[in-house]
Amino acid sequence: MKDYTQPEFHVDIDYSKCHKCGRCVGQCGWGVYKFNERPIPDDSKCRACHRCVTFCPAHCITIKKSELAYRENANWEPQTRKNIWRQAATGGVLLTSMGASRPQQSIFDHLVLDACQVTNPSIDPLREPMELRTYLGNAEKGPAIKIETPLTFAPMSYGAVSLNVHKSMAMAASRLGILMNTGEGGLHADLYPYQDNVIVQVASGRFGVDPEYLNRGAAIEIKVGQGAKPGIGGHLPGEKINQEVSVTRMIPQGTDAISPAPHHDIYSIEDLRQLIYSLKEASGYKPVGVKIACVNNVGAIASGVVRAGADYVYLDGFRGGTGAAPAVIRDNVGIPLEIAIAVVDQRLRDEGIRQQASIIAAGSIRSSADLAKAIALGADSCAIGSAALIALGCHLCQGCHTGCCSWGLTTQKPELTRRLDPEEGAQRLVNLVNAWSHELQEILGALGVNAIESLRGSRERLRAVDLDEQTCKILGVKPAGM
Amino acid sequence: MSEVITGYYQTQPSIAFSGEGAEKTAIVQCKSIYYKQVNETVRAAIEEGAHRIVLQGINGQRYIGDGIVAKDVTIIVEGVAGQDLAMFMGGATVEVLANAQDGVGNTMDSGEVYIHGHAGDVIGYGMRGGAVYIRDDVGYRVGIHMKEFKSHKPLIVAGGCARDFFGEYMAGGELILLGLDSQGQRSDQPLVGNYIGTGMHGGVIYLRGEIQPFQCGKEVGIFAAEEKDLASIKKHLEKYVELFATDFGSDPAELLEELLSSKWTKLSPTSSRPYGNLYAPL
Repeated sequence: MKDYTQPEFHVDIDYSKCHKCGRCVGQCGWGVYKFNERPIPDDSKCRACHRCVTFCPAHCITIKKSELAYRENANWEPQTRKNIWRQAATGGVLLTSMGASRPQQSIFDHLVLDACQVTNPSIDPLREPMELRTYLGNAEKGPAIKIETPLTFAPMSYGAVSLNVHKSMAMAASRLGILMNTGEGGLHADLYPYQDNVIVQVASGRFGVDPEYLNRGAAIEIKVGQGAKPGIGGHLPGEKINQEVSVTRMIPQGTDAISPAPHHDIYSIEDLRQLIYSLKEASGYKPVGVKIACVNNVGAIASGVVRAGADYVYLDGFRGGTGAAPAVIRDNVGIPLEIAIAVVDQRLRDEGIRQQASIIAAGSIRSSADLAKAIALGADSCAIGSAALIALGCHLCQGCHTGCCSWGLTTQKPELTRRLDPEEGAQRLVNLVNAWSHELQEILGALGVNAIESLRGSRERLRAVDLDEQTCKILGVKPAGM
Repeated sequence: MSEVITGYYQTQPSIAFSGEGAEKTAIVQCKSIYYKQVNETVRAAIEEGAHRIVLQGINGQRYIGDGIVAKDVTIIVEGVAGQDLAMFMGGATVEVLANAQDGVGNTMDSGEVYIHGHAGDVIGYGMRGGAVYIRDDVGYRVGIHMKEFKSHKPLIVAGGCARDFFGEYMAGGELILLGLDSQGQRSDQPLVGNYIGTGMHGGVIYLRGEIQPFQCGKEVGIFAAEEKDLASIKKHLEKYVELFATDFGSDPAELLEELLSSKWTKLSPTSSRPYGNLYAPL
């Protein structure tokens, strides 16, 4: 059927500067370019990932937004019309990746941090010790997990991302004294040397889960939900299940890896407790966390999770990333992370069980500012997925589900995955986390405290700008000026 | 390492060893002992070199055999085994001389489980390998998302009837349902419920008897089992009658003959990628 949609981008090559070297042809994972004496682009395939632009020696490629005019209609935006054409032609569920991209208000952007002036001196972190070390787990039973800065890498499975991405994160986590997370895709043998800095995940498909896997991780995480797609399962398409992925997931090559929406052995909080303790029994009582997506009733759910015996609750907000999710779910289901952190922290405090579990917050932590604000709202630590991928070269073209990532991150094609050198990748991640940690120390210094512990749940050090009264009340944050 | 779970009666069970080498047996008294101490004792007995561990006085303790990685070890459970029996287990054999609750063989890796009675819901969820033989009925959601990889090929044989969601999301391995009652005769209960094999994309289900297409998920192909199919499952049926025929007071050879001469239905997936065309990638 004729595709009624038009290209979103225009690939503009200045042929007067072009070396005719053909590097763009090789660099593009989407097959935009053909070479006939000079590179000839097919605009319709371009996702604006800028791989060709970055590696063009002549700097002669510019990706432009298509200037094609649509008749103005604020209600029927061009994207809406295009989606209808696509679905009318295919009958398919629109599939996309990375986090929600619609222009919804970010609460983090409406929160500002406090600082000391005159009456209470600020601290210079360059001259004085500033403690970022964080312990996760049940404080009543003693600390279970130690991380040197309140940041971990978010679960992204081998299969959704390449092995070199996993290696980069594992090496970086090991050097930083933090944790990476396997996601639901098993643990490749190449990561065994870093196992003390790895959280192994158990999700509904139980891919790659065997007794050895459970015993290798520093902690085990039960994945119940994901911020990008609360309430639905995952389908890793057969194209991404190559030989190595099939070994790690322990499923045949080329079949779909289907994760059911629920765990079929968890239909209640009692069942969740049963799974938590079966994992503890099987692993010699390692810490077990539970990852849930932020949804309406998240306070009560988190309370149940903590009472079920989880050592941490991982809250994934509605802007959280994904390797593939139906666009309708990604863009419309779930609640903002900021609200969820505040509600869960308060609920656990009200019930007197806050000390029984830590809170890890994730779902589009974009900067050290978001990190500091999340901790002030009540999180113990944050996790970064999208930010880590961006550090490795991701340009947020939202094409992970195609398996053609030009940056070699969310693909299994060997000619693409080799583009990421794990050593260099690890260094980029170490640099990013160190930079954020320094910034976090600066924030703490300005606040006049010398340990991240002093900021945790300290909502008094936050103020809201342009947030309505009800939202302020839920967040437990006063408006600026009060 | 040792976590105290408050509110339960917790003492170490008594343990007595006998025999040497491959004959070494541990007898463990588990009456009123909390599961954690029972399982610690099982692990300790394996460390001590026991090849046969008899758990006496079991009454619903959970997680027996959970995460145990051991070859040539047989755990005999005298009493009703609790939830998640043999979960994540690798290599051992567990024989229950009574009924078992839910979650038998959950995410099991390898080894064998024999239940001389009924078993509950969610048997063999995400099971990767090994075999579970259940003499009588099973509940709902049995064999969900069983999967196979190379030498790992899980098997569940249930002697009685099953409820809904049998083999849902099945990705590999074999599920066999015999439809016998507790006397070893053809049961007068419905053989199996609805939503059989919904989302199935691997493996095979054999049912002794016939079903209606409406009972199955749309991803399932329904066939009358042929001679070569029965030949392929004959060894599993032989094992079943060897284990349980004497429980019924039946002759193993006669029971096997009766099973093999019945009409069988074979269910297999129509595609290894049932959702391959579901999406319109953006």
